[in-house]
Amino acid sequence: MADMTAGNYTGPAGTEGAAGTLTTADGKPLKAALNAAQSKARWRAFFLVAPLLAFVLFTFVAPIGQLLQRSVHNPGFTTHTDISSGTQTPIMVGLREWFDNNPLGTEPDEAAYAALAADLVVLRELKAPGSVGTRINYERSGSRSMFTKAARRAQKLEPPFKEAMLDLDEDWADPEMWAAMRGASSAYTFNFYLAALDMTRDVNGEITQVDPKRQVYVKLFQRTLFLSLLITFVCFVLAYPIAHLLATLPLRYSNLLMIFVLLPFWTSLLVRTTSWMVLLQSQGVVNDALVGANILADENRIQMMYNQTGTIIAMVHILLPFMVLPLYSVMRPINPSYVRAARSLGATSWTAFRRIYFPQTVPGIGAGALLVFILAVGYYITPALVGGADGQLISNLIAFHMQKSLNWSLAAALASILLGGVLVLYWLYDRLIGIDNLKLG
Amino acid sequence: MKKTLILTTALVGTAFAANAQEVTVMSWGGAYTKSQVEAYHKPFTAETGISVNSVDSDNPATPIKAQVEAGNVTVDVADVEFSDAVRLCDEGLLEEIDTSALPAAPDGTPASEDFIEGALQDCAVANIVWSTVFAYNKDNNPTAPDSIDDFFNTADFPGKRGLRKSAKATLEMALMADGVPAAEVYDVLETEEGVDRAFAKLDTIKDDIVWWEAGAQPPQLLADGEVTMSTAYNGRIFNAAVAEGQPLEVVWDGQILDFDLFVIPKGAPNKEEALKFIKFSTDTQRLADQASWISYGPARKSSGALVGKYSDGKTDMAPHMPTAEANLGNALVNNFEFWVDQDAELNERFNAWLAQ
Repeated sequence: MADMTAGNYTGPAGTEGAAGTLTTADGKPLKAALNAAQSKARWRAFFLVAPLLAFVLFTFVAPIGQLLQRSVHNPGFTTHTDISSGTQTPIMVGLREWFDNNPLGTEPDEAAYAALAADLVVLRELKAPGSVGTRINYERSGSRSMFTKAARRAQKLEPPFKEAMLDLDEDWADPEMWAAMRGASSAYTFNFYLAALDMTRDVNGEITQVDPKRQVYVKLFQRTLFLSLLITFVCFVLAYPIAHLLATLPLRYSNLLMIFVLLPFWTSLLVRTTSWMVLLQSQGVVNDALVGANILADENRIQMMYNQTGTIIAMVHILLPFMVLPLYSVMRPINPSYVRAARSLGATSWTAFRRIYFPQTVPGIGAGALLVFILAVGYYITPALVGGADGQLISNLIAFHMQKSLNWSLAAALASILLGGVLVLYWLYDRLIGIDNLKLG
Repeated sequence: MKKTLILTTALVGTAFAANAQEVTVMSWGGAYTKSQVEAYHKPFTAETGISVNSVDSDNPATPIKAQVEAGNVTVDVADVEFSDAVRLCDEGLLEEIDTSALPAAPDGTPASEDFIEGALQDCAVANIVWSTVFAYNKDNNPTAPDSIDDFFNTADFPGKRGLRKSAKATLEMALMADGVPAAEVYDVLETEEGVDRAFAKLDTIKDDIVWWEAGAQPPQLLADGEVTMSTAYNGRIFNAAVAEGQPLEVVWDGQILDFDLFVIPKGAPNKEEALKFIKFSTDTQRLADQASWISYGPARKSSGALVGKYSDGKTDMAPHMPTAEANLGNALVNNFEFWVDQDAELNERFNAWLAQ
């Protein structure tokens, strides 16, 4: 609306502007009057979209901002927040000061241990040793109880503090422990991103790979990427003929078929996933039918669930409509006479398809593939239910850290990497195919 | 006329105010929540007039932490595992509970002596002793397994195995099956070699494992024939076998005992009522009552004598209790301190192992 008004007026004003200042009937300069009129239209347009804008800011931009912030910010070692009153108290002040004054690699001396002991006394009063211990436990496991135990006895510790602390637990002298505390002494850290990429910092602060027995995230990112691409491709292969059939059949048949596509689309995700469980489990419908028909022996039932196969089958089915619908909406308006013309000019049916029909459906393929892929990358419930151990995706580990280990910073780092990865792929897609070529209908 | 209207409105108002007294209790769902509703919630409402909202979770410790940290607490009482109770309390997420206010046993023994050792914590009061056991489906096992070794022996006992998708209890069972005596399990598991040994044992059956997460799943998997043996919470198997008549049997060898405790999340909206609820439901009679609905042992010594028959009136509960003498032959008591410390580390390793 605003653009149209602008288009109508700038033309004449622009051409005649050179002749001198034009004014409106009430003597205002035309340019100012025009701007005023346009800004009114712009404001009106803005107010129309304002609710949506506010909604998107509130439900999308702000949480993502918070997520990104949480992935690099964990004040577990620096600030204590009292839950009932909300008061924030800086903690581990003495020790953090010691870290500031002594560079990496300094052997912790008596002053360091004294600062630590004094800080532990404060922790005890604040009832915070558990949360501080948990923060250090993310970097070095087994540290948590060292904090809770030491804090319980901190008041009774007497100098020399180094000896007193080592009497409590020899591990207080462990260089890894000091490296972990130094790492946590700043609330802002990239350590969670390192952890999310199976890396860690050694005692000298150098970045190294974690023990191969503990590497999991990179593998899961790769698996998620691979499975999502595979699922997208399978969806494409299955959906293309269906969409073509729907687009070319007379309307009364295609409407009926369309309902078959949409019906599962309208069914709850959980219902569809659990129905797949009923079908696929080893005592399930498919296996029972195969055994009943004597195709399979009873002891050779196929394992189709609790593994990758289950994840792929269920996800392809659930995501299929997202591929069919954009393809259908692009295929429907394609004029059949183009292909006929190609055939009459001597093209084989394959050439006509390849050079005439297929290129016209590319925008639909792009839209469908992008939709399915992006949905698949973040899929969570289906792999959790039917995926078993090797059908798990990265989102299941994000859920694990959100819900079970309660390491929200690591969950945020994993989610941010996933988000970044999807944005990179989106950018690649834009470069290769062009986002303007996307067509949903 | 107008007067009556005002009067009725006022009456309705007070009625609502009285009704508004309520307490929200979060537990683990299924047969376990049912036992609590029957033994605690109903009599509590009958006696005090405070209504009880029952909500469920796969593990109440998780939503509690989320709610308290987000400052939006809707749960007043939660039923959590030992290590979670200690951890949440250390992190300042729970209200402290004055355990001296708990009622004494009928014979006058104070609560502090009546509860089993460890059952009273700064922020938590235990209600039951439960255990992770393994169970099997009698229809699908021609020879009955009778030791934890048999669970890991797929050559002589073919078929799928159900295991909880978590390092806790899984690693201990693997070590016990590998010949580590119960008393040494945690010493072994503390070492790197011990952890490797547990995973090596799990490797031998990895391809045959179906992982479960909610306590209601194992009885279902066993009854469906999806697995021939599965680890499970003992009360769930009891419920499926006795109340639903499923052909399931518990093997007590290698069981791992644990507490479930009541806690009050910090900032609970009805803290007073929550305390009242905990005092009421952890008294001698109530704990004994719960044992007549599900086979978990009461956390009070004085309740033991009152445990009688299952609610069907004919099944004796005593032999189904994890704490029964005959069931303690090779039993491990979950070391909560070990898990509070090692949970993150071992689950990380466990996840990596799963993904391999």
